[in-house]
Amino acid sequence: MSVEGHTKDHAALADDFNQDEPRVNWHDETLWFIREKRDRAAFAIPDWEMLRETASQIKFHTLSNLSQYLEQFEANAQANGIIVHWAADAEEHNQIVHSILQKHGVTQMVKSKSMLTEECHLNDYLEQQGIEVIDSDLGERIVQLAKEPPSHIVLPCIHLKKEEIGDIFHQHLGTEAGMSDPQILTETARQHLRETFLTRKAALTGVNFAIAETGEFVVCTNEGNADMGAHLADIHIASMGIEKLIPRRSDLGVFLRLLTRSATGQPITTYSSHFKKPRPGHDVHVVLVDNGRSVQLGREDFRNSLKCIRCGACMNTCPVYRRSGGHSYQSAVAGPIGSILAPNLDMKKHADLPFASTLCGSCSNVCPVKIDIHNQLYKWRQVIVKEGYADPKKTLGMKAMNMVLSSPQTFKLSGKAGRWFMKTVPFLVSNKMNPWYKQREMPQPPKESFGEWYRRNRKSNE
Amino acid sequence: MNSREQILAAVSKNQPALTPMPEVPFFQLEATDLVEKFTQVAVSIGSGVFQVESYEEIQEILSNDFKIHHRIISHVPELAPFADTTPLEDRHRHQLENVDLAIVKGHFGVAENGASWVTEEVMGLRVVPFICQHLAIILPKDSIVPLMHDAYARIGSAEYGYGVFIAGPSKTADIEQSLVLGAHGPRTLTVFLMG
Repeated sequence: MSVEGHTKDHAALADDFNQDEPRVNWHDETLWFIREKRDRAAFAIPDWEMLRETASQIKFHTLSNLSQYLEQFEANAQANGIIVHWAADAEEHNQIVHSILQKHGVTQMVKSKSMLTEECHLNDYLEQQGIEVIDSDLGERIVQLAKEPPSHIVLPCIHLKKEEIGDIFHQHLGTEAGMSDPQILTETARQHLRETFLTRKAALTGVNFAIAETGEFVVCTNEGNADMGAHLADIHIASMGIEKLIPRRSDLGVFLRLLTRSATGQPITTYSSHFKKPRPGHDVHVVLVDNGRSVQLGREDFRNSLKCIRCGACMNTCPVYRRSGGHSYQSAVAGPIGSILAPNLDMKKHADLPFASTLCGSCSNVCPVKIDIHNQLYKWRQVIVKEGYADPKKTLGMKAMNMVLSSPQTFKLSGKAGRWFMKTVPFLVSNKMNPWYKQREMPQPPKESFGEWYRRNRKSNE
Repeated sequence: MNSREQILAAVSKNQPALTPMPEVPFFQLEATDLVEKFTQVAVSIGSGVFQVESYEEIQEILSNDFKIHHRIISHVPELAPFADTTPLEDRHRHQLENVDLAIVKGHFGVAENGASWVTEEVMGLRVVPFICQHLAIILPKDSIVPLMHDAYARIGSAEYGYGVFIAGPSKTADIEQSLVLGAHGPRTLTVFLMG
């Protein structure tokens, strides 16, 4: 699926996703199960709210002093022997990675999970330059073989059933046809990727946290794939958005307690790896990427979104995400957080996303760094309408609504007309032109409006 | 203006007015028995935990599953000749691919999440605790700290090239949320609490 050139918006893709009802229910329940695991983990910590508040304040403080922290990180990382690069946008990031590989004559690279490289479309870029990239996170490898983007930032192939994964493995990795046992499929991927780890000279990883005070960076995985790649290769490239910084090593105490409990309900990831210095004789490169982040930092209403630590809790809890699937967002980061990040990158292309929400606020309630996600979704809607990027149907509807609601006379008349139409010619509203009729029956029209009832009763009581 | 200057200028211009760094409150673990809490959490995430008094005891337990034909390596001199303690060289790191069991000493454990803190100098090579099929970590029993805040207080400003918290065997649930142990790293983790 290409992210470029949207022909359908989120609502249309959600419609497609909803054609298969049992599958939607399965998707919904799987994600809700993870949300419940998150709840159990969070509720087991009596100070959870204090932890969230502390994390939120540390992140906000970091954003308020980001330029200094970036320089401090750079100086300390360089003192540790790490080579630091700066990329203004996705294109520059991709060029930097390519030039590092070129310099070392590398044509094959192994990569662990990095949503930033998805955002930059690094794999496509490198493939065009004749460099093969293999994703090593199991979920990412599966979607890579299926030629799809990840549908979730923590659980990349959450939209696929094990039978479908079995088919992908049968086609690409030679497993027996019809084999869908997760144990056997995982073992197959382990053998296949071990070969990859052992033969690659360059490994790229993402970054979960970068520490200004020490110049080190932390990568969290459950599989151990980031470490297998980085420790076996000669060159380690770590790509990070500039908002990944935190001031001090001790701040990790706060963030590592929150991250995985919020993501999957585990107390911590299996591996929290602290990379401080390169192995003697080997190179570690860190690429600091802006790609719109400094612009978002300047948007007062939306800068809070840069506190995100990419746990995915807002996606797991979102009633719209659970019932529309990650691909319907057509953005590297889907769900509620993606819907407030993406319009900053390209407001026109992602104008549909802030509307892909019920504004129920569940996302804000589970967010470990207390981003006011649902408020930002609401604010983005206003910006998008003002800038003229809103769906014309929606604008027309809003205009009509404005006309009806701004005059008591028209309001009364339209109410009456509506009730008459629903009673007399119900097919005029109960048809597929009316989005409220989709998958539900229209309510019985009341005999009279509240206004009519009130006038009648007040008279009789006088 | 190069990208570095451009980014830093844009960030300085757009960052909000400085807010203070918050005071990190004092967090406390409810459980008081740290060894018990560590054990309970470590087992729940797939680790095996044994309380032992000596290296002999560790070897005895491990020899139930690991025999003479297995490749066992360690950076702990007391474990020779049960384990091959020959110093490892970086250029031979790919040859560790057939290691069945690696035994490393950890610095301390964390009760709230069953993690052990391990740094480069106790591993031999960085890849050791990942490339082995099975991993064992030896921790001093009195080294368990309650929470991650305590863990970082203990690490302080220690120097290391590479350090890692290891909590359980390598795992994945990427296929339909079914938990599978042994994704890319060790299939099992055994923690020995010694003392």
